[in-house]
Order: sequence, then C-alpha cells, then structure tokens
Amino acid sequence: MDELKSMQQDLSSIRNLMERSNKFISLSGLSGILAGIYALGGAVYSYFILYYPNSPFGYRIKYVNDVTILNKLIIAAAVVLLLSISSAILLSYKKAAKNGESLLNKNSKILFISFCVPLFSGGLFTLVLLFRGYLGIVAPATLLFYGLALINASNATLSEIKGLGYLQISLGLISALLPGYGLLLWATGFGVIHIIYGALMYQKYDK
Amino acid sequence: MKNPLAKFDKAFEHKTRLHIMSVLMVNEHYEFNALKELLQVTDGNLATQIKALEKEEYIEIIKGYTGKKPNTKYKATKLGKAAFNKHLQALENIINMQK
Repeated sequence: MDELKSMQQDLSSIRNLMERSNKFISLSGLSGILAGIYALGGAVYSYFILYYPNSPFGYRIKYVNDVTILNKLIIAAAVVLLLSISSAILLSYKKAAKNGESLLNKNSKILFISFCVPLFSGGLFTLVLLFRGYLGIVAPATLLFYGLALINASNATLSEIKGLGYLQISLGLISALLPGYGLLLWATGFGVIHIIYGALMYQKYDK
Repeated sequence: MKNPLAKFDKAFEHKTRLHIMSVLMVNEHYEFNALKELLQVTDGNLATQIKALEKEEYIEIIKGYTGKKPNTKYKATKLGKAAFNKHLQALENIINMQK
C-alpha cells in the first residue's frame, strides 16, 4: 500500500510541476484589494474636481477640456496606476519569497510583458485621443484595454485573472454606451471589482 | 493477468527525472537554472539526472547564449514524450486497479 501512496504522490507532484513550471503563481490577492482602494481614492478625487457638490449621477459643474483640470485628472490616474503596479510587484515579491519562487524568473517575465504590452499601448492610445479632444473615450478605453491586458496575461498566471478581464471588458463596453456614467463605471471596474476579486483571491491563495 | 509494472519505465524511477520530464512536457524548453530553482535540487543531482535522461534520448540539449553568457536549455524529444505518457498511463492503471 505504501507503493500505491508513493504513486499517488508521484502523480500529484507531476500535476503540480506542470502547473507551476509555466505560470507565475505568486500573484498577490492583497495587491488587488489595494489597487481597488487606490482607484476608488482616485475616483473620489475626480468626483470632487468634476461634480461636487452635484451627485455623480448629475451634471458636471466643470468642463474637462479645461487644461488645468485635465492635467489634474491625468496626474491622479498616473498616481493610481503607479501605486497599483508597485504594490502588485512588492506584495508578489513577498509572496514569491514565501513560496520559494523568485520574482524574476522566466514566467514572471512572460507575465509582465504579456500584461504590459496591451495595457501601455491602450494607455498611450487613450492619451493621444484625449489630447485630441475625445474626452469621453477615457473610461471605456481604459477599461477595455485593461481587460484585454488581463486576458492576455491570464495564461501566464492564476487562471481566475481571465474572468476579471472579461468583467472589465464588459464594463468598458457598457460605459461606451452610457457616456455620462464614465466615472461611476470606471470606479466600479477599477475600484469595487478589484476589491472583491482581490479578496476572493486572497481567501483562496494567500491564506 | 499481465503485470502492470512491466510498463513502468526504469528511466523514471528516480523522482528528479520524473519531475524534469513533467516540466519539459508542458514547456517548449527549460533552462538549467530555472529547473534547479523549480525542483529545488542541487547542481550535481540535476546534472546527473539530466545526463541519464539524455542517454536514453528522452531529452535533448540546446546550447545558446544570453548576451555573452552561455546558457543551456533542455527539450523533451518525441521518444521521451511517448515514454512519459506510457509511464503515466501505467501509474494511472495501477491506481485505478486498487480502487
């Protein structure tokens, strides 16, 4: 019977290695929660710039094409992005160290590149259109490209990331149809959904 | 009844060899140092087991360079993949028979 047990161990170690050898599995769920919080912070800040004291469902009191306001919003978005990416890297580094995986291996590089290429091409595309005056493009385009980046990266990491990608793409398309609700849908996608997803991943993998 | 153990591949008796082969089944190729990290084995042990698999012609070596540093990658051969699948099948058969 001992032999049988060792065979079962063999099979499970094979399965485990096949999974681990081509994926970076130390992605931190906690960093998803943090990214959501940063995004909500950014959204609240933008709300105060654009709508306050009206409700976010109501009319904007400021025009976004005012250059100083536009700059403030872009800086806020850049801060959210930088904080999110650096938290993800830092927390994944810690988790990888715990798992005995190194942060800079073949799989993490593939993950990073497959995530960054769609994300930054989408980001630059959005910026170009923004400066040409297509202000309504921001929420749908950032959600769409972020979703595509997630789906592209999902093969190189935990498979749940794919679902998150589909959700972001759906929200992006919805926000393209509902131009007035860009900020709200953006806050839902980057904020609320990140926090929920991050918490689920944390429950499943980090504990 | 035929002895199911007959299908067992002696080359995979050693755990590290089995593990190396598992990795090469799902990756086009894998580097020496990456394998070492993933399997948590010593240089010497890994080199020995790789040599054994190479002798069976289950894996092949791809020598290359990253910049100026030489790096060695390994790749499973057709023969190796077939042998591994047969070995897995044998493992499964035995486990199923015990149920």
